[in-house]
Amino acid sequence: MTGPFAWFKWQALFRDWHIFAEGFGNTLLASVLALALALALGIIFGVLGSTHQKVFKLFSRIYVEIIQNTPLVIQVFFLYNGLPHLGVMLPVLSVGVFGVGIYHGAYIAEVVRAGIQSIHRGQMEAALSQGFSFWGAMRHVILPQAARVVLPPLTNQAVSLIKNTSVLAMIAGGDLMYHADSWSAENIYYGPAYVTVGVLYLILCFPLAQFARYLERKTEVSA
Amino acid sequence: MIQLEGVHKHFGQLHVLKGINLNVNTGEKMVVIGPSGSGKSTLIRCMNLLEKPSSGKVIVDGVEITAPKAPVAKVRQSVAMVFQQFNLYPHKTVLENLTLAPILIKGVSKAEAEESGMAFLDRVGLKAKANVYPSQLSGGQQQRVAIARALNMKPRIMLFDEPTSALDPEMIQEVLDVMVDLAHEGITMVVVTHEMGFARQVADRVVFMDEGQILEQGTPAHFFSNPSHERTKLFLSKILR
Ligand SMILES: Nc1ncnc2c1ncn2[C@@H]1O[C@H](COP(=O)(O)OP(=O)(O)OP(=O)(O)O)[C@@H](O)[C@H]1O
Ligand SMILES: [Mg+2]
Repeated sequence: MTGPFAWFKWQALFRDWHIFAEGFGNTLLASVLALALALALGIIFGVLGSTHQKVFKLFSRIYVEIIQNTPLVIQVFFLYNGLPHLGVMLPVLSVGVFGVGIYHGAYIAEVVRAGIQSIHRGQMEAALSQGFSFWGAMRHVILPQAARVVLPPLTNQAVSLIKNTSVLAMIAGGDLMYHADSWSAENIYYGPAYVTVGVLYLILCFPLAQFARYLERKTEVSA
Repeated sequence: MIQLEGVHKHFGQLHVLKGINLNVNTGEKMVVIGPSGSGKSTLIRCMNLLEKPSSGKVIVDGVEITAPKAPVAKVRQSVAMVFQQFNLYPHKTVLENLTLAPILIKGVSKAEAEESGMAFLDRVGLKAKANVYPSQLSGGQQQRVAIARALNMKPRIMLFDEPTSALDPEMIQEVLDVMVDLAHEGITMVVVTHEMGFARQVADRVVFMDEGQILEQGTPAHFFSNPSHERTKLFLSKILR
């Protein structure tokens, strides 16, 4: 019996488990780093987008629109092929981190902007009137309040981000998807390979998605 | 203490302040009255630059805060404001509301900020509420906390923009009592209010605004017995009814 899920193919996969483990580790690492970058960009551009300064708003708009309206794959290829021309040589994994981080940063910026705009303007005025700087007021007064509104959609962004790190496979990034791909390209045991990575992504994403739903319910109740 | 010189404010086409000249003296209690939309809020918000004048100068404690690169945030530390909508920080407890800015902005130690914070809470009668969140308080209590928050910055000037207008009638007095108490302390106060009893009781000067201009000013005695302008009379007759 030599179906796509034949037992000996699974045995081969278990024998090479460390390949998948390495991929899983890299995916995890890329996800964490990309998420940190995306959060930083998202907060900066989200805040800029919420100000009343035309230049800042425009700046934020340009970033968000360009990133949201072009495919992630193109952005990653652009970084992968373009950066060396600028004399920037980065390890592939970090190309993925930058690509995915910048991509999700644009979505998070929109989430953060909406969150900030949901906070009554009297809050900013109170903080400014006490002598806070704009960024100080953001950090200590506005963002902590916006965080409660923003946390559920943010968690959903984290889920998409983890899944999207799989674009790394297209530039030989050493992530989970890449290892599954190259392992099964050699021995054509695609069945077990793809089921396994699917399950591994599920293990990462499902709890997060559940957490997002829990947060959504909680903010609904308290609202 | 606060000087406004030829202050104009436009909101787009709307000319809201039309050349205001005004001096608030040290220790003075000034009450600003006037019909809705006359520019009272805009005027008081120009005093701490929450509203930036379109032209003219605002000088606070000798510092021209309308000048480019003026240390506005620094000046604001000594000019506290109490808002109509309280604007307490809902994610902080009552005591944290009082200590946040002193600790972060003025660099006061936590212990010190809490100690003085508790003293001010005691003074507004809300010591027992130090550890609850603002949403658990009534409007009158929230406004008293807002006043305590302002006081904990140890300001030299207090600005009040209709502090009792958002309150249910039965809560107005508890807030006014706190303000009267403050007024007897010598701190400089500018109060926009429709509470004529308060004006009569504590004001050194009443300023009547109409259509973006100061139409008339004087002592409460002058104001309430023989105002000189027809429009002032009309306004007072409506409000004192
Ligand atoms: N941010 C703003 N943008 C546009 N117009 C504004 C703004 N703030 C105030 N105005 C307008 O300026 C005018 C004066 O407003 P202001 O709030 O100073 O009046 P006020 O005397 O405080 O009135 P009230 O007694 O109703 O509080 C009003 O017509 C108001 O609609
Ligand atoms: Mg007003």
